[in-house]
Amino acid sequence: MLAIVNASYLSAVVLLIVGLRRLSSPKTARSGNLIAAVGMGFAILVSMFSPTATGDNNYIVIFIALAVGAAIGLVFASRVAMTAMPELVSLFNGLGGACAVAIATIELLEFNKLPVESVETGKYLTTLSALFIGAVAFTGSLIAYGKLAGKVKDKWKVPASTIVNIVLLFVILGLVGYQTVNPGGGLMLVYVILGISLIYGITFVLNIGGADMPVVISLLNALTGVAAALAGIIYGNQVMLVGGILVGSSGTILTVLMCQAMNRSLMNVLIGGFGSSGGGSAVAVDQSVKQTNANDAGIMLRYSSQVVVIPGYGMAVAQAQKTCKELELLLEECGVAVKYAIHPVAGRMPGHMNVLLAEADVDYTKLLDLEDANKTLGETDVAVVVGANDVVNPSALDDPGSPIYGMPILEILKAKNIIVLKRGMSAGYSGIENPLFFHDKTQMLFGDAKSSLQSLADEVKMLA
Amino acid sequence: MEAILEFFAQYPITIYMFVLAIFLGFELISKVPTVLHTPLMSGANAISGVVIIGAITLIRNTPSDDYVSLGLGFIGIVLGTINVVGGHAVTNRMLEMFKKK
Repeated sequence: MLAIVNASYLSAVVLLIVGLRRLSSPKTARSGNLIAAVGMGFAILVSMFSPTATGDNNYIVIFIALAVGAAIGLVFASRVAMTAMPELVSLFNGLGGACAVAIATIELLEFNKLPVESVETGKYLTTLSALFIGAVAFTGSLIAYGKLAGKVKDKWKVPASTIVNIVLLFVILGLVGYQTVNPGGGLMLVYVILGISLIYGITFVLNIGGADMPVVISLLNALTGVAAALAGIIYGNQVMLVGGILVGSSGTILTVLMCQAMNRSLMNVLIGGFGSSGGGSAVAVDQSVKQTNANDAGIMLRYSSQVVVIPGYGMAVAQAQKTCKELELLLEECGVAVKYAIHPVAGRMPGHMNVLLAEADVDYTKLLDLEDANKTLGETDVAVVVGANDVVNPSALDDPGSPIYGMPILEILKAKNIIVLKRGMSAGYSGIENPLFFHDKTQMLFGDAKSSLQSLADEVKMLA
Repeated sequence: MEAILEFFAQYPITIYMFVLAIFLGFELISKVPTVLHTPLMSGANAISGVVIIGAITLIRNTPSDDYVSLGLGFIGIVLGTINVVGGHAVTNRMLEMFKKK
């Protein structure tokens, strides 16, 4: 029987690995996700029916819990708007962390019932670490969720956060060490460790700017993986161990890739350079913007030969991707070539824009990455910015005082004309002024992205 | 310190698996187009829900009158299942959009 269980776990691990492999290539990604899900389901099934030495099985409790969790998960996953996807991932991740906290707590309660001599120190330390890491992932993910959902404001800050965080971290590590050496000291200290870890998760994320949340979520995701792997060591369960570590290491790599896309180091992100170091060099207050209307802008688009659309979070918020596709079709009927320039960190998560445009059936050969986009922008008649801001901020190129100086951007000033669709003159997500809006080439079309695009489409239709 | 050495002596295979899995994770993900960052993060997030296997194992080994453990374990399974099922479902929804072309 044990042989069957072990063989089944092994196949589940293989399914998870193959699934993750296939997830990293566009053609196979969907099947990869399904394969990983099958592997996961299989592992859960085996864990339910593998023989145990003791215990009452409590199947009723397990089935109810599985049913409730699955129902809630499916409802959330099917109802959420594509725009809210990043915060949902963060929320899910927090729940995984909470699960690790729950089981680590139970294990510690069990350890407390044993005589001190029979507590295995290695396992005890592992359990305490799972408790700590799970708790940080839990509260950290909730804060990240709150920031993306706009429920936690960026201006709520922990004073001297770097020092506070270092102190908290050392206190936690010290207590974990002390408790490991003296496991007979009761549960008091365990609860203190749990409490401080939960607080550390909050202070760790609270001071990081909202624009950096994707990086943070990816990092917290890696942490949840590590917590799961540690729990796998406690139970001697290989699926948990390998699955958890895979997420831990791939999450770390993904975090680094995202930082590279912004030309910043992970340390820089975590200490919170962005948006917290003031607004860069002052932009003269009396600069004026040029405003245009749908009529003029529509004519300009209709009679150009190359248009590049630069989408940002504003497009996601306004749910404007389908209207954008409509405009694209109308322009193409008039013989205008339309391309999309996708900055790696446009939106709230890398790939966010790609997902949205794919939803609207935009052919993904029309999506240009940063390098190709910057080549194409040189031959572009009109660049249309739809709710993007920081990724087209020319300060990144020429203003060493700007917090985003050095970040690779879409070099939009290479285009002959620029139309910016924007709701108002507020600064971007990072809170940095954007000189692009005051530039000679730029014309602003104020209003909600969706209705602006709709009126542009109407104008183009009339000219067709 | 002794305890850690003891752990090393006792569970060499576990430690090998731990280290090899780290490298495997790096290799699997090192070349991913930006398009897939979000779905990949979401998929990996669902996989990190394997922690519910621990919760299930734990509840099965708990006496049915230990209400504290059962309660915590119940919450653990519910939360973990939301992570797993919701995570895979939401990843599938994202990827479906790439497919229909």
